[in-house]
Amino acid sequence: TALPCNSYECSLSKCIKNNSIALSAVSASLRDICVSCALHRKNLAAAGPEKFTVEFIQKQAEEFNIGKRHLANMMGEDPESFTQEDIDRSIAYLFPSGLFDKKARPLMKHPEEIFPKQRAIQWGADRRPFHFLFYTGKQMYYSVMHCQKMSHQKHTSPFQYSLRMLTRVSISSLGTSRWFTKEELEALLVETISTHDYNHFIQLMERLLSLPYCATEVEFVLRYRRQLEAPSAKRIVPLLQRDEWGVAFSTSDGCRKTSNCSVVLRECGSGCITINGQNYLHYFPTLQDREQLMFPFQFTGMLGRFDLECTVSGGGRSSQAGALRLATSRALLSFLSEREAENMRQAGLLTPDPRVRERKKPGQEGARRKFTWNKR
Amino acid sequence: MATRALAKGFLGLRLSRVVPIRFFCGGHQYATAAPVHSAQPENDIVTEKILNEPLENPDFFRVSELFSLKDLFDARVHLGHKKGCRHRLMEPYLYGCRLDQDIIDLDQTVEHLQQALNFTAHIAYRGGIILFVSRRRQFSHLVECTAKDCGEYAHARYWQGGLLTNAPVQYGPGVRLPDLIIFLSTLNNVFQQHVGIRDAAKLNIPTVGVVDSNCNPSLVTYPVPGNDDTPAAMELYCRLFKMTINRAKDKRRRMERIYSLLAPSTQSS
Repeated sequence: TALPCNSYECSLSKCIKNNSIALSAVSASLRDICVSCALHRKNLAAAGPEKFTVEFIQKQAEEFNIGKRHLANMMGEDPESFTQEDIDRSIAYLFPSGLFDKKARPLMKHPEEIFPKQRAIQWGADRRPFHFLFYTGKQMYYSVMHCQKMSHQKHTSPFQYSLRMLTRVSISSLGTSRWFTKEELEALLVETISTHDYNHFIQLMERLLSLPYCATEVEFVLRYRRQLEAPSAKRIVPLLQRDEWGVAFSTSDGCRKTSNCSVVLRECGSGCITINGQNYLHYFPTLQDREQLMFPFQFTGMLGRFDLECTVSGGGRSSQAGALRLATSRALLSFLSEREAENMRQAGLLTPDPRVRERKKPGQEGARRKFTWNKR
Repeated sequence: MATRALAKGFLGLRLSRVVPIRFFCGGHQYATAAPVHSAQPENDIVTEKILNEPLENPDFFRVSELFSLKDLFDARVHLGHKKGCRHRLMEPYLYGCRLDQDIIDLDQTVEHLQQALNFTAHIAYRGGIILFVSRRRQFSHLVECTAKDCGEYAHARYWQGGLLTNAPVQYGPGVRLPDLIIFLSTLNNVFQQHVGIRDAAKLNIPTVGVVDSNCNPSLVTYPVPGNDDTPAAMELYCRLFKMTINRAKDKRRRMERIYSLLAPSTQSS
C-alpha cells in the first residue's frame, strides 16, 4: 500500500528540522548498506583470513537496526513493528529505480544476509582445533558423513531388531521434499563441496533411507531436505458470487501480450458468449480463436453449462483470444474441485503466457534479424 | 591457569606473552610487541616439575598393565599376510611362516607396543595434538569414534596432498600441526605406503604405526608390527590408544591439581 505523499513530506521536514545530522548519518548508513555487492558472491568459507570479523558484522547489525528505526520514523510508521517487507517497500519508494535487474536495485537487508557466512578461526587460545575432524580439511562435510555412518550402523545391530519400528520411512514426509542442491549444502555447511563429494553424500542418504528401520532417522534426513511448495497452495480462486436471481457467477481478469480482458462467468447458461457486446461468432470469425475460447470448457467437460460476458481491449485477435482463455480458466476455478483445478494447471490453462514482443536492438534490423552481411 | 600452563610449558619452551602496544606515527597506526614479560618464576618451577616428573620413571603411565601377550593373541594380532606379500624390511619382526601365512613375533610386538603407548601417553600428558590416520574404510567409523572419545583428532578419509606440507595455505595461517600421528594402517587403498608417513617424516612429526607384514616400517618412528586387517585387532588397538590417552590426560589434570594445592601461596588468579 503506497503511503500518501504529504505524510512523508511532513515527517521528512520534521526530521530535517529536528535532527539533520541524524538524517545524513542514516542516508550515509543506507548508502553503505545499499551499495554492498557481497550479497551476490557465493557463500564459501573464506579462502584466506577472515575478511569480515565478528565485531565488524556486529557493528553493521547495530547500524542496520538504528537505520531501520530512522527509516520507520521517516515513513511515519511505528519503529517497533517495522518488518523487512516494510523496509523493502520504503526503500523502493525512497530510491525508485528503473533498472531491470532486481539485484542491482538499492537494498537494505540485515548484514547476515548480505555478508557471506564465514567460519571463525577454528582453534582456541592453545591453538588446538575445536572440531575433531579439523585435519581432514572438510570438517563439516565429513562430520555429516560420520553421523550418517553412525545411524547406518545402529540399524545393522541385530540386538536392536525388535526395538526398531519395522515400517519404512513414511512417504508423506519425503514425497513433498527434495534433497538439498550442492549450493544449498555448501551454504548450510559453510564449506566448499566438490561434485564427487556431493554425489557420495546423496548416495549415502539414499542408502540410509533404503534400510528397513530408518523411521527413527527421519529428523536427521529431513535436515537435508527442502520442502517443495505445493503449487496449489498458492492458487487464488476467484470468489463465487450470487446475483439477485440466485444465479452463481464469478469474475476474473486475463492478459496476453498487450491485451487485457475481464470475464463474468454465469452458471445455468446455455453456452452463449458475448464479447464487447457482440456475439463471439461475429467477434472471432476465425475458428482458431473460437477454439482457444472454448478450450477450458471442453477440457473440463462443461461446454453448455455457462454463459460468458467479456470485455477485451488491446492487442490483436490471437492475443485477445489467449487473454480470454486465461480469464475463463481462472473464473472456472471457483466452480471446480481441487483435482480438476490441478488438471487444468497441468494442462497449462492457468499459466499466463510470458511471451511479449522483443525489442528491436540498435545495429540490427529487428529483434534478432541482423543487417545483410556484405563482404565489402 | 591450565591453558596458560599448557601454552607456556609445552615441551619446556617458554612463550613470551605478546601484548601489542599501538601508537601513532605519521598518521599510521603501528603495533609492537611489548618486551618479554617474565611470568612469575614460581609457576615456571611448578610447570617444569609437572613436566619432568614422568620422565624419571621408564613406565610412568603403567602402559604395560593395559594388555598382555594373550590379549594380542586372542585379537589375532599375530596373523600377517601371505608369503608373497611379505615386505623385506618386515622380516626381522616375523616369527615364522605357516602354510604360506606370515606369523608376526608377538614378543617383539609387545615391546614395540609398550614403547608406542608410553610415547603416546607422554605426548598426551604434555597436551600435544594426536592425529589418528587410517585409510581402511571398514574401520573409518571406529577410528573417528576413538578420536572423538579421547578428545583428539582423526583423519580416516581421502588424504589431500598438502594437508601437512601445505598446512598454512590449506587451513589458514597460524595453524598448529599434529605433534603425533598414529597410523592404524600404514597402507592406503591401493596398497601403497600412506602419504602421511613421508610427510610426517619431512616435517619432523613423530609417528606411531601398526605395520602389517606387507608394510614398510622404515619411516615410522615407533612401528608396531601387528595385524591391521582383522576387526578384533583394530578394536584392540583403538581401545588401547584411547585408554592410554585418557589415562595420561587424567594424570596431567591430577598433577596440576596436586601442585596447585601444594603451593597455595604462589597460586595466581
